[in-house]
Amino acid sequence: MQTPFLRAVYGIALKDLQAELRSRELLSLMLIFALLSLLIFSFALELDRIAREESISGVLWVTVAFASIIGLNRSLTLEREQGSLDAMLIAPIQRAAIFVGKLVGNFLFALIVGALLIPIAALLYNLPALSLWLIGALVLGTLGLSSVGTLLATMTAQTRTRESLLPIVMLPLALPIVLTAVRATTGILSGQPSGDWLAWLQLLAFVDAVYFAACFVMFEFVVEA
Amino acid sequence: MATLAPSQTAQPALKPAAPLIALEGVTKTFDLLPVLRNLTLHIGRGDFWALLGANGSGKSTLLRLIAGLGQAEGGTIRVGGWQLPREAARVRAQLGLVSHKLLLYENLTARENLRFFSRLYNLRGGAAEARIEALLARVGLARRADDPVRTFSRGMAQRLSIARALLHNPAILLLDEPYSGLDQAAAALLDALLGEAHAEGRTILMVTHEIERAARLPSHVAILARGAIAFVCPREAIPDAAWLAARYAEVTS
Repeated sequence: MQTPFLRAVYGIALKDLQAELRSRELLSLMLIFALLSLLIFSFALELDRIAREESISGVLWVTVAFASIIGLNRSLTLEREQGSLDAMLIAPIQRAAIFVGKLVGNFLFALIVGALLIPIAALLYNLPALSLWLIGALVLGTLGLSSVGTLLATMTAQTRTRESLLPIVMLPLALPIVLTAVRATTGILSGQPSGDWLAWLQLLAFVDAVYFAACFVMFEFVVEA
Repeated sequence: MATLAPSQTAQPALKPAAPLIALEGVTKTFDLLPVLRNLTLHIGRGDFWALLGANGSGKSTLLRLIAGLGQAEGGTIRVGGWQLPREAARVRAQLGLVSHKLLLYENLTARENLRFFSRLYNLRGGAAEARIEALLARVGLARRADDPVRTFSRGMAQRLSIARALLHNPAILLLDEPYSGLDQAAAALLDALLGEAHAEGRTILMVTHEIERAARLPSHVAILARGAIAFVCPREAIPDAAWLAARYAEVTS
């Protein structure tokens, strides 16, 4: 008899959060990387107001994407190194529950990093006031990155070159997420009417849905391979 | 010494198949190198088997295949009448695995680890908590239950790993070198735990290098050599460990 799907998801996500609360290993790595990136971009790009508004979205999302990769790599490598992925695989749970459980943790870590980056970027780049739409874009963007990243990190964690392999396989697939998120964020930050950028946000939500569904289905094949 | 409640014995949920674990002509290769060659092994319900073999002989691979963690290129593997890996979902709740790796989370405490696995096995409420406390006491970790596993010695972590494998009261225990890293006291405790598990009717397959224990504890001993079962003997036919060591040397040389 299988454990109910949501109970397994809850167990796995709670375990990741508990482990992170105790070690603070993932979040500290991701945050330090993200802050350093923002600072380097800030000093390297001495731009006027308009150029800054146009570039900050790209800077933000590239930073979030790379910080996510660091977190994803570590999260799935830990599962492999300790053999605990095997322990989950022999438990009477659906493989997709492992995917969703890991996704919840990875998504929350990426979201926390993104949420902390935005006010810092607002100071460094003199951004306009924050909005709920910006938070929406952040949620959708990090969800998409975490979906595709959780699947790919599970694949690459089985290889010897996992640290370098994940960015190589993930970035091309993350491109639609980063592109749509950057367009939507640029529109929101520059105060354009919602009609100009809402379609990008909708497209981002669509890409998220497609990626989540594909990764949900493919995860079983990845871990059984 | 703490004992588990008598009601917490093996769950009778597998098909009444005889043998309980049946491997027929199993073949497995890694990078074109054959590890298991046409291997056949039958393990009856309630049996306790020790599987001996040299390093790299495929013992751990065999255990992983029985646990549903991999796919053989040839042959069939049946556990409780269900064919693996196609029907693995039906037997997972009945398998407990102790591996080379601890299968634990070092940043979680002993109790948090067991709680996590109790959720995966859908153990709930007071019964789950009582089971966790009983197991922690049984493996001698009650006083360290709230310490992170990363602060444990190898032996303590191994004992917790055994508690994890027993948590859901499995009918089948698969043990890969469970004595590695254990001191004498912990090894004696594991002897007692395995004896209890066997007495409760669990089927046990233990991969080990310890010939002395293999001659003493299990109901059957098998030796894996050149990818196949090269020797099988019931315990009653083993006069002493020296005799078994001599057979092992013959078979694996």
